[in-house]
Amino acid sequence: MSAARRTIGFKLNGEAVSAEVAPHENLVEVLQGEFGLYGARESCGQGLCGCCTVLVDGRAVSGCLYLAAFVDGAEVVTVEHTASEQGLDAVQEAFIETGAFQCGFCTPGFVLMTRQLLAENPDPSEDEIRHYLSGNLCRCAAYPEIIDAVKLAARRRKTAP
Amino acid sequence: MKRPTQPTETPQVGRSVPRLESQQKVTGRAEYVHNLRLPGMLYGKIFRASVAHGRIRRIDVSAAQAVGGVYRVVTSDDIRTLLPEPYYGPAFHDQPILAIDKVRHVGEPVAVVLASDPHVAEEAAHLIVAEYEELPAVFDEVEAMTSKAIVHESLKPAGTFPDLKHLKGRTNTNVALDFHLRRGDAERAFAAADRVFEHTFRTQQVMHTPLEPFVSVAEPRESSLTIHTASQSPSFVRIELARLLGWPENRIRVKVPFLGGGFGAKLYIKLEALVAVLALLTRRPVKVSLTMEEQFFTLTKHASTFRIRSGVTKDGRITSRQCEVWWNGGAYADIGPRVTQKSGFTAPGPYDIEHVAIDSYALYTNLPPAGALRGFGIPQLVWAYESHTDLIARALKMDPIEFRRKNILREGRPQATGTPMQDAAIDKVLERLGALLDWERPFDRGSGTVRRGRGIAIGFKACISPTTSVAMVNVSADGSCIVYCSTVDMGQGSDTAMAQIAGEVLNLPAESVTVVHSDTDVTPYDMATLGSRSLFHMGNAVRLAAAEARGKLRALAAEVGLSVETPIAEVFRKKYGMQAGNVIGTGSFIPSYTPPDYSTGLTPDATPFWMVGGTGAEVEVDTETGHVRVARLVNVADVGTPINPKIVETQLSGAAIMQLGFTMFERMHFDAAGQLRNASLAEYKIPGLLDLPREMVNEAVVAEQRTGPFGAKGVGETGTFGVSPAIANAIEDAAGVRLTSLPLDAEAVYRALRAAKGEPLPEG
Repeated sequence: MSAARRTIGFKLNGEAVSAEVAPHENLVEVLQGEFGLYGARESCGQGLCGCCTVLVDGRAVSGCLYLAAFVDGAEVVTVEHTASEQGLDAVQEAFIETGAFQCGFCTPGFVLMTRQLLAENPDPSEDEIRHYLSGNLCRCAAYPEIIDAVKLAARRRKTAP
Repeated sequence: MKRPTQPTETPQVGRSVPRLESQQKVTGRAEYVHNLRLPGMLYGKIFRASVAHGRIRRIDVSAAQAVGGVYRVVTSDDIRTLLPEPYYGPAFHDQPILAIDKVRHVGEPVAVVLASDPHVAEEAAHLIVAEYEELPAVFDEVEAMTSKAIVHESLKPAGTFPDLKHLKGRTNTNVALDFHLRRGDAERAFAAADRVFEHTFRTQQVMHTPLEPFVSVAEPRESSLTIHTASQSPSFVRIELARLLGWPENRIRVKVPFLGGGFGAKLYIKLEALVAVLALLTRRPVKVSLTMEEQFFTLTKHASTFRIRSGVTKDGRITSRQCEVWWNGGAYADIGPRVTQKSGFTAPGPYDIEHVAIDSYALYTNLPPAGALRGFGIPQLVWAYESHTDLIARALKMDPIEFRRKNILREGRPQATGTPMQDAAIDKVLERLGALLDWERPFDRGSGTVRRGRGIAIGFKACISPTTSVAMVNVSADGSCIVYCSTVDMGQGSDTAMAQIAGEVLNLPAESVTVVHSDTDVTPYDMATLGSRSLFHMGNAVRLAAAEARGKLRALAAEVGLSVETPIAEVFRKKYGMQAGNVIGTGSFIPSYTPPDYSTGLTPDATPFWMVGGTGAEVEVDTETGHVRVARLVNVADVGTPINPKIVETQLSGAAIMQLGFTMFERMHFDAAGQLRNASLAEYKIPGLLDLPREMVNEAVVAEQRTGPFGAKGVGETGTFGVSPAIANAIEDAAGVRLTSLPLDAEAVYRALRAAKGEPLPEG
């Protein structure tokens, strides 16, 4: 606990920031404690549920297992980051329209993973959706609606100008 | 988000309004207690018992106390300087805030370390040492009936429930409640029956696993206490803390934002009494957040054993049924005794049976406590009676739908308690299930090593009674509306439903209505968000409150000489000379109820409404591996008239998928010493996207609950009822083996297949 804190600098949702972190602190703790961002949240504590999903240099990581010190110099994106100044992106809109959440605790993780899925594969099949998102858990089991949301977002992105 | 506020003639109920809080949830900004940090806050980390049953010899906290940054270590000795009797519970005052003298299950809280840095508190908690004199323990609910291992020295029923009074001070027993029902003469009817069938079914202990683990914060004020907690029952928390502290209710304020899932786990007192005493001892805000692992030691779902016996005529009429149910309540009663009675009386199923005998027992054991989990005991009962029903139909060579058609309870007929069935569309659910499954069409039974089968099951539940809901509806001077109610939105969409009901009465778009979250200083009393009761009870209270507000608005218009069609803002302007004032309507709702007679269990008015749910399953069984794939799952329910059809559909679907986990793989593994072997998501698997049936259908039949708000009734649990037996029935249909214990995992199926071939595998 007494280990020296060090200052790290990184880009958070497009903005250059710095933070003092202890070696044992994980990314979720720093996002919550230093930046008031609660969208990534610890649930299982083992990187198995996806509630703590954060994008680091464009790749989804489990923020509850990812040491904060490792984001020094990296680009960090959380669910709070929106593509436009205001409003929601196609994925978030699709989640609302299809009713793809209930309690909402896992939703940020699903939104970020869906964005990453559609960036890699703009037209995923249902099997590909199930496999790609299988690392995210939803105890309310809004899974059928989540599949619908991903399909709807994919369609919207394709037809978007 | 755009919030239309213009008055509307469009009906607000029956419309699939997206959840009011949608935008907050998809942007990660919804408020949970999980997010709360207060200045000067201490974090508490719990040190837990390592034996299942033991007398505490010594607790050594010196090493923990010596860790730099530790503020204080607290044991029950410290708590008793504040409260001489620190025991809580909704049915029994049996649960100590921290263990006193004895521990009764592995993982029971024994001490707490407080520190400003949660990592310091965690590290220090590892340094606490406790020594126990181990006592004989009991884990099985049937053994607990006669075991020499006694979990509680004497029973301490809470004063709240009259039917528990006779248990006060009873010693040398693990029976926390016994419920009995006698209707007709079951024994004589068995003697007269053409055939008598008897089977025993078991269910395993499982856990709710809300993804937001239990979390509570207490904030001490000058002469009051504010509790921020992820609770389904803020009013109960306030009343129970007031009792414990000897304070009036108005010195305790309980605030609940959104819950990250509840499912029955976050009811009554969980961490609230602990954080309250820690805050009073330290005069600092205190937060306790459990880990996923710790949730497994906090509350679970009852394991159960159900012996069921039926007398049947040769043409397939059930004439008598005897039900003996043993509920494994774990070390503390929680709400288990309510499950035993309030669910126990539906144990014979939704069937019209003249002679019924029920004996239902809540047992203490040395396992983590069990309480309510999405169905309040009903899924355990339906598992048994619908497996049994299927076995009888098979033995009589009758079609399982035809056999049920012959026996189901029809409108107006008396249920086991004698209460006549009203607005319970059992027949419609059964018939629709058959239609959606194409039951009359030839079914592909598979070939080679993959065999296909199908099965159905129907179940019902009586809503718990009598319970009270109170609501307020405030119409502001511009005509906008705020609903105040203590129903907790834990994902079921209650905010949206209440806004739809208020909007319907006041001709306002639901999207324009604000629903204030539970805050016992602000929102009126509500019994709790549980048992699918809120839409019916709170929905009725909100409807009444909105109607009262509407009446007052009309009176106000008349008073100032304006017509009732005048826009509300104009009425207020005329009355007060400016945009000022408001109109408040209140509504309270408690349904009629007659408690069951203690000796016979009979009552003419057992419940305000019945929930009916049925499931059909089509499965594929790999006879080489025992692996079962659910190809198609069809859920049909009587939910009355849906307020929000889309949310109703997702409630049915979510409940069915949750029950699919309890059916196919979820199970808490205890070793012979009562140690839990799989307290993490790595080893305790919950359903993910790859576990979904390939096809799911969820449907509400056309129905009306005439006493409900706009014809509606509760739906949160209904999707769970039939899932487990429908799949077991389908497995027998596919592969000719009958499983009588949950879960129906590949090992269990494979063992049954080997046993059926006369080549059983060795146990263990």
